[in-house]
Amino acid sequence: MIQREAEKIFETRELNVNMGPQHPATHGVLRLVLDMDGETIVNVTPYVGYLHRGIEKLGENLSYFQALPLTDRMDYVSAMSNNIGYCVAVEKLFGIEAPERAKYIRTIVGEMSRIANHLLWLATHALDIGAMTVFLYCFREREWILDLFEMICGARLTVTYPRVGGVRNDVPQAFLDSLWKFTDEFPSRIREYETLIDQNRIWLQRTVGIGVISAEEAVNWGMTGPTLRGSGVAYDIRKHMPYDAYDQVEFDVPIGTEGDTYDRYRCRMLEMRQSNSIIRQCIEKLPAGPVMADDPKFVLPPKDKMMPVTHPTDMAYFIIEKACKGCGMCLRACPAKAITGEKKKPHKIDQSLCLQCSTCFTTCKFKSLTVVPGGKGMSDDKLAELAVSPDKLPDDIKEAQQALTRQFDFIKKGPKVPEGDVYVATEVPKGELGFYFVSDGTGKPYRMRVRAPSFIHAGCLPRLCKGHLVADVIAAIGTIDIVLGECDR
Amino acid sequence: MAVTEVRLTLQPLGLAPNDIAEKIKEKFPTQVLEVVDFRDQVSVIVKKEQIVAILKFLHDDPLLSLDHLQDLTAVDYMKKKEIRFEVVYNLYSTRHRHRIRIRAQVPENDPKIDSAVVIWAGADWHERECYDMFGITFAGHPDLRRILMPEDWEGFPLRKDYPLKGPEFDKDWTGFTDVVKRSKELKEFEWEG
Repeated sequence: MIQREAEKIFETRELNVNMGPQHPATHGVLRLVLDMDGETIVNVTPYVGYLHRGIEKLGENLSYFQALPLTDRMDYVSAMSNNIGYCVAVEKLFGIEAPERAKYIRTIVGEMSRIANHLLWLATHALDIGAMTVFLYCFREREWILDLFEMICGARLTVTYPRVGGVRNDVPQAFLDSLWKFTDEFPSRIREYETLIDQNRIWLQRTVGIGVISAEEAVNWGMTGPTLRGSGVAYDIRKHMPYDAYDQVEFDVPIGTEGDTYDRYRCRMLEMRQSNSIIRQCIEKLPAGPVMADDPKFVLPPKDKMMPVTHPTDMAYFIIEKACKGCGMCLRACPAKAITGEKKKPHKIDQSLCLQCSTCFTTCKFKSLTVVPGGKGMSDDKLAELAVSPDKLPDDIKEAQQALTRQFDFIKKGPKVPEGDVYVATEVPKGELGFYFVSDGTGKPYRMRVRAPSFIHAGCLPRLCKGHLVADVIAAIGTIDIVLGECDR
Repeated sequence: MAVTEVRLTLQPLGLAPNDIAEKIKEKFPTQVLEVVDFRDQVSVIVKKEQIVAILKFLHDDPLLSLDHLQDLTAVDYMKKKEIRFEVVYNLYSTRHRHRIRIRAQVPENDPKIDSAVVIWAGADWHERECYDMFGITFAGHPDLRRILMPEDWEGFPLRKDYPLKGPEFDKDWTGFTDVVKRSKELKEFEWEG
């Protein structure tokens, strides 16, 4: 009777709680609206898109080489893996292959990036669940890896070190030595982290049986990477569709049985050990040779080949008045709009605007455009005195001019790619990173699609959280290892 | 609580992509329009009417069992093809290790296709993104809202007729002009000491 009276006065209803977008445990700007019955989660609605920068749209408007730095900004925790994913996909589209040494180097830096990512994941995941000390230890080792990245490319986070057709530069010996030392010490460091949390009663209570997902369901939800393997599905792209040097190294794939947060944690810990052994094998096997593919149709040649040392840099372009028919070809071709003149009258080059790209030199059909070596900064009258017909120029200058124009075209318009579409997936630390390119035969992708693992995993959050307590939402966010920069692209 | 490290003894590769394409052709002779082979990756271009039946067949058939939806996206072929949009499904079998790509044509005047959420739960967010970016609606989707763009956004950014810098690039963002206006108003109260 009293209870019935009470129900009239107090109604019970679900509580809506807003978590994020500015919340330290959401690993970025993720907003969750939690529908709760008391302390139990009834439903979770994630809101993403706060970091949307339109990388797919930007990619459609840049040439294949120019879009590479954008991929750093997706998963900024493991930028190296993203670069590799992009390069492998574009190489497949171009139909080229990186040389052996470059493949090994990419495998090494890819695995380093995996270790760095898993360290950051462990640090923040443990911090969220209440183990502060792990955070400090993990950052110690992560720092070492970032220093090594700095050694090879000068950047720590947004590296842009791999290139389409290889890597930017060869690795120095000091890098390999320091990395070898790292791989010597790292396994004992992993044991250090494990002594802190592996059998810790609080850790076990917070992770065992939390966010359980079965194997079939995990595949059905599109989960990939360690998040999927925790459920016992042995799907690893490095094994299933090997790229780079993964078919030449031996490694195991850790898989879980229960599909809960603890199993996913164990998977990642064991994966770090495997990465460590892959790096060691790669350093031992590292073959000698070039690090960039030699294919002038798709890959930029090295700088010294593009511009011979003998090529003068202080030249000036000049139009010989007598020979100029005023056709306007050079006027239209000039990217700097440095050429002026009316139709059928001799044109003129404004030396202050000229970029010296030599586009006009290769465009002119009437042999009126010429180069004056050492003519930079001279007045037009002086140039007219010195100018000789392009026929009479030395051969090496003529060749260098043509190479320069080719180079300029290549950068500005991009390579000529056959028409078609490819989807190439690579195993990044977070899961399957896929690039889907549609080419329409020009130097820019017609459509560039990024299949970001974080995006799919963030979509699984409602499934993982349902029926658990509020505190377990934090564990669930940590266990799927998302980065919102990649999720929103 | 028992994580094991397995040395993956991979099964041999399953069917060749062209064989899968043949199987689809056999089962749905009226639906398949074209089979494209580029760089050893095969795309089957189909009509949109029976797309769920086709995907269900690929998912459920024990010989195919394409259980992993790698990617679902759309491409805008404005002025390039007669039918403007294509919805692209990249499928992979974690058991048999084979793959196929399905491309369903969606016309501009009726940008609508059946949702694949009934087969793959993971298709949910993919389809929301497709709707957000291309304006293609998915019939039967449980919760079709914008996902990356703000909810009140107008236009579909990844369509080819949508300018790169946005439709109102020339104009300043209203929020910004408001701030400028307000700062001018408040200028007279500025402390000059």
